[in-house]
Amino acid sequence: MSTLINDSIRLEIAGENSLMLYFSDKGQESSIITPSISSNVHQAEQLIRQNFSTEIIDLISSYASILVVFNLLEIDHHHLRNKLKRLLKQCSNASNKQGRLVELPAYYSLESGMDLQRIAKYAKLTVEQVINLHQAQEYRVYAIGFAPGFAYLGEVDKRIAMARLTTPRLKVPKGAIAIADRQTAVYPAQSPGGWNLIGLCPIDMFNAQAEPTMPVEVGDRVKFVEIDKQQYLELGGNLPNQVSSNDCK
Amino acid sequence: MTVSKDALGFIVTNGGVLSLIQDAGRYGAFNLGLTNGGPTDSLAFYWANKLCGNTINSTAIEISLGGLELIAQVDCVIAITGAPMPLTINGQPKSCWRSFLVKAGDTISLGFTPIGVRCYLAVAGGFTIKPNFGSTATVCRESVGGINGDKLVKNDVLPCQTVSKTDDRLKPLMLAENDQPQYTNEVPLHTVLGYQQAHFSSIEKRLFFSSEYQISQHWDRMGYRLQGRAIRADVDGILSEGICYGAVQIPADGQPIVLLNDRQTIGGYPKIGAVISQDCAKLSQLRQGDKVRFEPISMSQADNMFHLNLRRFSQTKLINYS
Repeated sequence: MSTLINDSIRLEIAGENSLMLYFSDKGQESSIITPSISSNVHQAEQLIRQNFSTEIIDLISSYASILVVFNLLEIDHHHLRNKLKRLLKQCSNASNKQGRLVELPAYYSLESGMDLQRIAKYAKLTVEQVINLHQAQEYRVYAIGFAPGFAYLGEVDKRIAMARLTTPRLKVPKGAIAIADRQTAVYPAQSPGGWNLIGLCPIDMFNAQAEPTMPVEVGDRVKFVEIDKQQYLELGGNLPNQVSSNDCK
Repeated sequence: MTVSKDALGFIVTNGGVLSLIQDAGRYGAFNLGLTNGGPTDSLAFYWANKLCGNTINSTAIEISLGGLELIAQVDCVIAITGAPMPLTINGQPKSCWRSFLVKAGDTISLGFTPIGVRCYLAVAGGFTIKPNFGSTATVCRESVGGINGDKLVKNDVLPCQTVSKTDDRLKPLMLAENDQPQYTNEVPLHTVLGYQQAHFSSIEKRLFFSSEYQISQHWDRMGYRLQGRAIRADVDGILSEGICYGAVQIPADGQPIVLLNDRQTIGGYPKIGAVISQDCAKLSQLRQGDKVRFEPISMSQADNMFHLNLRRFSQTKLINYS
């Protein structure tokens, strides 16, 4: 059962207690990543958070969607659908409001970014050019998920976009700055991963004890600022044991 | 978690295969990328708490397969529900689905269940565990909840209240055998069509709902991978989006994966819909080789089943067996 809320928002059933809002550019059924769709998602999420309390248990925003999980003891899907429909009609003309700008220090080096050389070779650029292109861009936080604090940032300059590794590494170090296609991210904790590593960020992307827990949220803008090894260590960064390409098993 | 030295409760002498501190789950933290956690068989979990006179969200232990052994440091009331793990207190066999007093020094042991996967051990007043992001639910992958975000290991201390001699909760309660859930090797999974259902042709949907699937070797609290008739979507992947509890995703190999409590919050596989919560609970009691079938239901039917089930739970009376 699909409901159109307006030209750019569609509502679908997800599960017993969840509905899905899909966002697109006016009239277009596309699933491309754009800042304007992301702005609409962000605006809608704010509106929902402000207008519901106990009926909605949780929300997951992503590139062009919001999963709305509701409390079946408080509201049923018909009622929620109608409420969302009324509320989100206001969203049709979302202004392209800029989120907060967050600067993340980045220690780029061959030592910390084992895939820099490969990206440079593939892109027919020097390593310096790859680094400069990565930090020239202002990224948008499109989604947070996969792991606590993992922020999907887009979009990386076309010239340094790089497909995921065929076989993911078993261990990507905490703080690794990485590229996958036109997305970039900082690994919040050591984990397996198939993104291409280009550097290290000394900032905790997820710290259960900190307030806020994460330096960024969906809708924010992120800029990477190059630092050297000394600064990286001073900011609390750790040098992981050398991750070699042999780890890619 | 830090437990003050004088906090008494239970000492873990054997953590078993996988024993986890769980409350009803973590809600409101999806925006940080944190998943729900919580008991996979919520019905059995609720009963364990109800037998102990607790609110249904109280912190208990989810024991998978078996092997947990604890020593009580205080007198307290406990109840064990769920998959039929052989239970002994100081070596004496005891029944599940009832509450009883254990005394300081008693050893509580759970053997291995012949059927089903998970059982729940609740204690009157709940275990006193400090919540993480509003919940004590352990998600090992995220290192949150429970004790240091991990499964129970030898020498962990699980603090709880001591019962006094006049405590109401000393009245021993049981759930009538007729009202106890039965655990089997086959369950139907009622499924609400949704999400990317338009990417599945009517023939693929019909195949999906008319085929039998087996639980593969990959089943855990994150999700159950199934084996059977491959189902094809007309897309390989979608733009990454939120995943709800029970979501049935169909990766390129066509073998469905039903996502449960510890699922990742965001993913990019097409989803045909989602299994309703009461059937996800039953699914989580299955293991490799067990069988499931999907049955389509409407959102309104799902709503009815949810409320009927809840009503049945709240209206079923416990029996005083003393």
